[in-house]
Parts: sequence; C-alpha cells; structure tokens
Amino acid sequence: MRESLLEFLRAWLPNLMKRLPEFWKATCDTLLMEVWAGSICFALGLVFGIVLTVTKPGGIMENRPVYQALDKLINLFRSIPFIILLTALMPLSRLLMGTAIYVRGVIVPLVFGATPFFSRQVESALAQTDKGLIEAALSMGSSPFEIIFRVYLRESVAPIVRATTITTISLLGLTAMAGAVGAGGLGDFAIRYGHDRNMVDITWVTVVVLVLAVSAVQWLGEMLARRNTH
Amino acid sequence: MIELEHIVRTFRADPEKPPVTAVNDVSLTVGNGEIFGIIGFSGAGKSTLVRCINLLERPDSGSVRINGVEMTELPPRDLYRARRKIGMIFQQFNLMPSRTVGQNVAYPLKGSGLTREQQRQKVRDLLELVEIGDKVDAYPSELSGGQKQRVALARALANDPNILLCDEATSALDPQTTGAILRLLSDLNRSLGLTMVVITHEMEVVKAICRRAAVMDHGEIVETGDILDVFSAPQHPMTRNFVRTTSHLSKLDDLLREKSPMVRLKEGQVLTRLTYYGQTGISEPLITSAARKFDLDLNIILADVEIVADSMIGGTVVIFQGAPDRIDGALQYMRDKNVKVKVIDDARVPA
Repeated sequence: MRESLLEFLRAWLPNLMKRLPEFWKATCDTLLMEVWAGSICFALGLVFGIVLTVTKPGGIMENRPVYQALDKLINLFRSIPFIILLTALMPLSRLLMGTAIYVRGVIVPLVFGATPFFSRQVESALAQTDKGLIEAALSMGSSPFEIIFRVYLRESVAPIVRATTITTISLLGLTAMAGAVGAGGLGDFAIRYGHDRNMVDITWVTVVVLVLAVSAVQWLGEMLARRNTH
Repeated sequence: MIELEHIVRTFRADPEKPPVTAVNDVSLTVGNGEIFGIIGFSGAGKSTLVRCINLLERPDSGSVRINGVEMTELPPRDLYRARRKIGMIFQQFNLMPSRTVGQNVAYPLKGSGLTREQQRQKVRDLLELVEIGDKVDAYPSELSGGQKQRVALARALANDPNILLCDEATSALDPQTTGAILRLLSDLNRSLGLTMVVITHEMEVVKAICRRAAVMDHGEIVETGDILDVFSAPQHPMTRNFVRTTSHLSKLDDLLREKSPMVRLKEGQVLTRLTYYGQTGISEPLITSAARKFDLDLNIILADVEIVADSMIGGTVVIFQGAPDRIDGALQYMRDKNVKVKVIDDARVPA
C-alpha cells in the first residue's frame, strides 16, 4: 500500500520527490518568515492602529503632531513597492539582524512591508466602535488607557481578527517575493525549479500548499471572528 | 447640587467659517433630589449643555460646580473619580455588545475596591432594582429597547452616584415603555434621593416626572421655572409653540382655518377658549355652574386637561349661547375664578 503510493507520487511528481528534503526546508522557511514577521507586525500594527485612532481629531487623546507624523509615515511606506523595499532596507537589515539574506535577513523588510497595511486595517477595525460606547465609558470615569483596553480592543476583537487574517495572507505573498533576495522559502523553491528548470510538478505542488495554507488561515480567522460576535 | 454659571460652548467644524455656538451663556441651578427637565427642539443645544455637567464637553468659558466642587479645574484623575458619582444614560443606551448584561453593569465597578464576590452581588442588586434580574447572562442584542435602557440605568447607578443625567433616555422607546422607564426614574429619584437632569424633546416626559424645567432654544435658556408655570402660562413664544404643538386645543386653529361647521356660529353665539391655571377652581364644576347661574347653553367643542405636578392645566373651547348680557356675565364669572378667557368669535347682535 505504502509502496504503491510512493510509486504513484514518483511517477506523477518526479522532480518534487527527488527534492523532498529541500521542499520541507522551503516550507519551514516560509512558515518561519510568516511567524516571525507576522508576530512583530501584529504587535507594531496594533500599537500604530491604536495611536492613529486615539490621536486623530476628535479622538480621546487628540494629538495633531503625533497623528500627522504617523499618518504620513504609514502612507510613505505603503507607497513603496515591496520589491524596492526589499533591496532598500538591506543596510538596515544588516545593522539590526547582522545579515541581509536567508530568513533572518528578510524579517526587517517583511515587517516594514506589512505593518503599515496592518496598522490601517486596525485603524479601520477600531473606527467601527460605536462613538456612544466611548462616550458612555468616559461618563463612567474611564481613563483614556482604560478605554483603549476595555472598550476599543475588547469591542473590536472580531474585526481585528479579520484584519489579522487578511494581513497574514498578504504577508504570505510577500514572503514569496522575499525569496528573490535569497531568503529561501516556497516562493523561491517554485521559481528556482518550477520556473527556471521548467519542473511543472513543483510549481503545482507549491501552489497547492499555499492554497491550503491560505484556506486554513481564512477558516481559523472566520471561526475566531464569529465566536467573538454577539 | 449642580450649579452652572455662564456656560458657553462653541464648535468649529470648519476653520474657514465662524464657530457655531451650541450653548450660549447658560446659567442654572439644580437642587439636591430634584428632577430638572431641559426641553427644546433638536439642535437647541440641550445635549451639549448636559455634557457640560460631567465635562464630556468642556465649556469654552463658565463654571460647573457639582456639590460645591469646580469641575473645570479638576486634574484628569480627579475628574475621572468625580464622573463616577455622576451617572448618565443615553438615547441609544450605549451598552457594550461584546459584554453580557452582568459584565456591562460590572464595567464601572472595576477599581471600586469591591471584591469579585461583592461586585457580583452588587450587579445582582442593581439588576433587581431595575426589575430585570433574570437577564444577567444575556447579551444586549437579545434585549428589547426598554430592557436595554434598564441595563444602562443599572450600569449608571453602579457607583452609587448622587446625580443622574438622562440624555433623551426615552426617545427611542415606544410610549408604553417610555411610561415604564419614567416611573422607574421617578421611583429611583424618591428611593435613592437622586438628583436628575432630564433632557428631552418630548413634553410628555417633562410633564410626567419633572418639578422644574428649562426651555432651550438656539443655545439659550428662554424660560425656566416650575413646570406648572412654564406649561400653563408660557411667556416665551418658543415655549408657547411647544405647549401648543402638544395640546389637543391646537386643533381649534385647524378647525378655524378649515371653517369647519363645528366652529361656525349661529346668531347670538360666542366662541371662546378657556384656559385653566393650576389648582384655580378646577375642582369646581365651572362649566355647569356658569350654565345654571346665567341660564346659558354651553357647548364644549374641544377639551384638553392634564395633570402636571399634581395640578390640572389645560383648557376647553366652548360655545356660549344665550342672552348677550348674560354671556358677558358668565365670562366675567369665569375670569373671577381665575380662568383665562379668550373670545375667538362673537356672533352676538349688537344691542
């Protein structure tokens, strides 16, 4: 049984089966990039999204200079195409991570690429909070920090989960591009063999793995969001 | 005790345009344990004014004193503490949808120094107080409007405030539910000695629970006083307008405009509007005694009498029929009984 399955796979996916260890490594690299960059981006984006929300005109900690500076900075980084960001941030990456290649070297550009996007997503998630709730919390004597944690974040769990889902998936796209500068990962694997050496089976399997990953993230996100909606 | 002095609050939506004055030099005092109404059409500045009491809106100038403490000078920490003693409920209830009823009511109890068990007990007591004890584990989305407002009320009372601000608290509710909530507010005022400021555009609300009221228009208080005086003898055109639109007697104007047969007089008849002020003589059977005394026929076309602050106010529209001089006598008799008499149409043949 097991033999015949392997036989079958070798017949249909000849190139992949010869490079299985490399394939596993590429998958793990992609996963590593996703987890590291994703976690940092989640933390930073959450903070920036909150700062944007509370400092904007009419916010609970209104602060024009802070809002304007952060707003412009986010727009700036959102306008730079990721492939340019990858190369432009190499010096910073060497400074911070000690290298500009492999998984370690690509975390910095991935964070710079995805955080502005996620910050905007968080901002718009928090903007859905009913103004009346903020007013009620103020009337009950809540401080601005209390309102951030006990009203804004608590009431926005579902939209923030959705924002995280979208960002995770778009980050997956960015990790594929990161392969171009030597980060490795599934994108790099598919290009190097599937495209450059015309090994079509490798391209297909990579696509299938990515589709499964995206579906899993999407399913998990939807489930968590639904659980937090009353 | 709430003392507002010369409160001014302006908004500048567009830096190009001059600022809009929402509250213009308003001063008022609300005594302890009083239910004070502020009425006006929407956009009159009522909501901004009530938010100046707990400084959700910071006045541009003026003084806000609560129990002798100047609120505008409090540092942030003290202001947050002071707000815990000023409950507030809203038109849209503003319950937090991700928290259960119990969690909503417990929200303001954090940092109150109560233990977990004491908090749970307090939440139970509060929900009993607003007669909705069985809903502690429900989510707000599962409640009706009236139930939501009860929960909001329990939450507003969580830190044992001595002041309750009600911003259009019944405006999103149907008349029956409005009645129930108003009765509850009235009971709480009596049992807890709560001082209440009630903002509304509905005269019925003020009539039902307030002793004193202010009428607001274009950011200013145009009339203030005992609601009996305000509603039975409105001085300002705006107040009169308000009273008229809510009284059935305003139908008379329609009838006259339509030249309805109801108000078309036969020869010798006089059409009058009689307005009653408070206690004066209403307990006497004025209409029938006038009819008997002066040997007249009195035909009541419209009548609207209401009980406000335990006194009757309102009026009737009456057609007098009989000998011309006897009608004069009857009208004088009414005036002597402190009824305001207005002759609207006189079809008597001049002698």
